[in-house]
Amino acid sequence: MSKYTEDNLREELKTKEYEYGFYTDIESDKFEKGLNEDVVRAISKKKNEPEWMTEWRLEAFRVWEKMEEPDWANVKYPKPNFQEIAYYSAPKQKPKLNSLDEVDPDLLATFEKLGISLEEQKRLANVAVDIVMDSVSVATTFKETLAEKGIIFMPISEAIQEHPELVRKHLGTVVPTTDNFYAALNSAVFSDGSFCYIPKGVRCPMELSTYFRINEGGTGQFERTLVVADKGSYVSYLEGCTAPQRDENQLHAAVVELIALDDAEIKYSTVQNWFPGDAEGKGGVFNFVTKRGLCETNAKISWTQVETGSAVTWKYPSCILKGNNSVGEFYSIAVTNHHQQADTGTKMIHLGKNTKSTIISKGISAGKSQNSYRGLVQINSRAENARNFSQCDSLLMGNECGAHTFPYIEAKNKTAQIEHEATTSKIGEDQLFYCNQRGIDTEKAIALIVNGFSKEVLNKLPMEFAVEAQKLLEISLEGSVG
Amino acid sequence: MLKINNLQAEVEGKSILKGLNLEVKAGEVHAIMGPNGAGKSTMASIVAGKEEYEVTDGTIELDGEDISELAPEERAHNGVFLSFQYPVEIPGVTVTNFIKTAINESRKAQGLEEMPAKEMLKKIREKSELLEIDRKFLSRSLNEGFSGGEKKRNEIFQMAMLEPKLAILDETDSGLDIDALRIVANGVNKLKSKDNAVIVITHYQRLLDYIVPDFVHVLHDGKIVKTGDASLALELEKKGYDWIKEEVNS
Repeated sequence: MSKYTEDNLREELKTKEYEYGFYTDIESDKFEKGLNEDVVRAISKKKNEPEWMTEWRLEAFRVWEKMEEPDWANVKYPKPNFQEIAYYSAPKQKPKLNSLDEVDPDLLATFEKLGISLEEQKRLANVAVDIVMDSVSVATTFKETLAEKGIIFMPISEAIQEHPELVRKHLGTVVPTTDNFYAALNSAVFSDGSFCYIPKGVRCPMELSTYFRINEGGTGQFERTLVVADKGSYVSYLEGCTAPQRDENQLHAAVVELIALDDAEIKYSTVQNWFPGDAEGKGGVFNFVTKRGLCETNAKISWTQVETGSAVTWKYPSCILKGNNSVGEFYSIAVTNHHQQADTGTKMIHLGKNTKSTIISKGISAGKSQNSYRGLVQINSRAENARNFSQCDSLLMGNECGAHTFPYIEAKNKTAQIEHEATTSKIGEDQLFYCNQRGIDTEKAIALIVNGFSKEVLNKLPMEFAVEAQKLLEISLEGSVG
Repeated sequence: MLKINNLQAEVEGKSILKGLNLEVKAGEVHAIMGPNGAGKSTMASIVAGKEEYEVTDGTIELDGEDISELAPEERAHNGVFLSFQYPVEIPGVTVTNFIKTAINESRKAQGLEEMPAKEMLKKIREKSELLEIDRKFLSRSLNEGFSGGEKKRNEIFQMAMLEPKLAILDETDSGLDIDALRIVANGVNKLKSKDNAVIVITHYQRLLDYIVPDFVHVLHDGKIVKTGDASLALELEKKGYDWIKEEVNS
C-alpha cells in the first residue's frame, strides 16, 4: 500500500508550478529607477494632471520621505530598496481605443490565457470591465450603458481630467496621504486605477469589474481606487488579479477608498492571485495594501476577499462606521502555501450609534507558510449600542505551517456587545480516508474540505466570481496534505 | 466475490490479523462477530484500504483480482463500500454535495460523464424515501451535529446511492434506537440482490434479527475461529464468547 507521507507532500508542492506564470512581451514606456520630487512631478506631468494634483502628490511624497517602513506585521521579508524601482510603466499603444480591434493582440492573448476574454465578458457576463495593464487603462467597456444612469466608471487618471471636482472632493478623505508608509508612497506615485461614482438613488445595474496585472519586470504597481456611492445608491465592485511569474520581488502598494453616503451600499469583492513565489520562497509579489471604507448614516460596506497569492500580504480592508445605524462587513479567505506569509484582517471602527459589524475570517495554511489574522474592533465612547460579531477559523495542512490570530478589542462604551469566536482545525487522515473510501481521491477531498470550510465566505461572492475563487482555492492547495 | 487468503496485518509493529480467511459469494450476507479487540474493525479498514495498517502477508481478492495494492478510492471505484463505525464530520459540505461528488468521481474513474442533475435528484429522492430520510437532512453539513442514528442512516443512504458490489457495515447498529435500527435494516434488505454481498460486523444478535445472515463467523485474536449459520449468533447471545475462547485454547 502506498502511504502518502510528508515527503510526498513536499515533492508535490515543489513541482507545482504557478498556473498563470507566463509573460507577455509588450513594448513599454518606462521611467528610470529611483524616486525623488522630480520623478513625482514627471509622473504627474505624464498624466497631464492639474496643479492641485501635482501638489497633492508632492505633499504625500514629503511625508513619505520622513516615514519608516512598518515592521509590526507577523511577516519577514527583505525590505525593498525604493530607489531600485521604476515608478512608471505604460504599455505603448494608441491612447484612444474605440473597439477591441484596436487593442494590442498580445494583450488580448494574455487575457485569453487568463480566461477573461473581453469578447466573452462583453457578450455573456454583463460585466463592465476597466482593465488596468501596467498602470494605464487600455480598454473600457459598457461605458455608455453606465453613462445613461449617470454612473461614472473610468480610469482615475481620466477622472482627474474629466471630473476634477469629484475626485478632489473625495480623494484622500478616507485614507489620508499621511495614513501609513505605503499609503503615502501610493499617493505620491500612483500611476492609475479606477474611479467610480454612483449618483443619488441609483442602483448600478451590473457588477463593476477591474482586472489588475503586473506585467513589467521591476516596476512597482501603485493602483489607486476611489468608489463614491452617493445617497441611497448601490454598487457591487469586483477586483481580481493574476500576475506572471518573475524572479525579483515585485512591490504592490495599492490604496482603495470607498465612500458610502447616507443609505448607500457598497459591496467590494476581491480575488487576489499575485505570483506567490516558487517552492523555495524565491520571487513573488509583496502586497502592501490599504483599503478602507467610510459609512455615513444607514450606509453599508461589505468587503469580501479571497487571497491566494503574493509572497507577502499586508492588508486590512476596514470600515469606519461614522453614521448612525451603519453596517460594516468583512468576509475573508486567506490561503498560504510554500513560503507565503499573510498578515491580514480588518478594522471596524464604530463611531455612530447602533452601528453593527461582522467579521468572518477563514485562514488556510499549507507548506511552510505563515497565516495571521489581525483585526481591530473599536467602539467609540459615543457609539451607543454598537454590536460586533467576529469569527476567525484556521485550517492547517501538514506540520510545518503556522496559523496565528491577533484580535484587538477596544470598547469605550458600556452598551457595546462584542462576540469573538475562533477555531483551529487540521485536515485529518480520518477525513481523507472517509472521502477516499467514497471514491474521492485525496486532492479532490482536500478541495472539498477546503471549500466546505470556506463556504460562508464563498457564498458572499457574486456568482461568477465564486466559481473562479473555488478554482483558485483548488489550484493553490493541490497536493498539500500531511 | 470477496476472497481473503491468510491475511496478516499489523499496525505500528503490533500484529492484529494473524492469518484470516474469508470467502463471500455474490448474493450472500455474512456476519462477523467477536469480542472487543478481536480485529473486526481492523479487517473492515484493511479491506477498504486504510493506509495505517500494513499488510504483511496474504491477499484480498475482489472478483479474482488482488486489490491489496490499490488505493482506497480505487477500491471504492471497484465497488467496495464501508459503512463507518464513526463517520467523520466535514463542515460546510452538504450531504447532497458530498454524495454527488462521490458518485461523479466514481463515474469519472469508469470513463463515464457526470450524472445529469435530473437523474441525480431522482435517485436522491428515491433513496431518501427508501430510508425514510427527511430531505431537509440532505442539505445539512455532512455528519456535523448529527445524532448517532442520523450518522448511521446517512451511511446507509450513501450505500444506497453508490450501489456497491460489496458493502461492509461496521457496527452500523451501535447508537441506533429500535426504530432507526428497523429502518436501516429494511434499507439494507431492500438493497440486497443476487449480484451484491454484505458483511455485517456487530457485537449483538439484535441487528441479525432484521438482516438475516447466511453465515456467522466468530473472529478472535486475528483469525476466524468458528463459522456457522444464523443460529450461531443466537447461541453467542446466550452464552457469550468465553466458551469459544476456551475451545480455541484447548
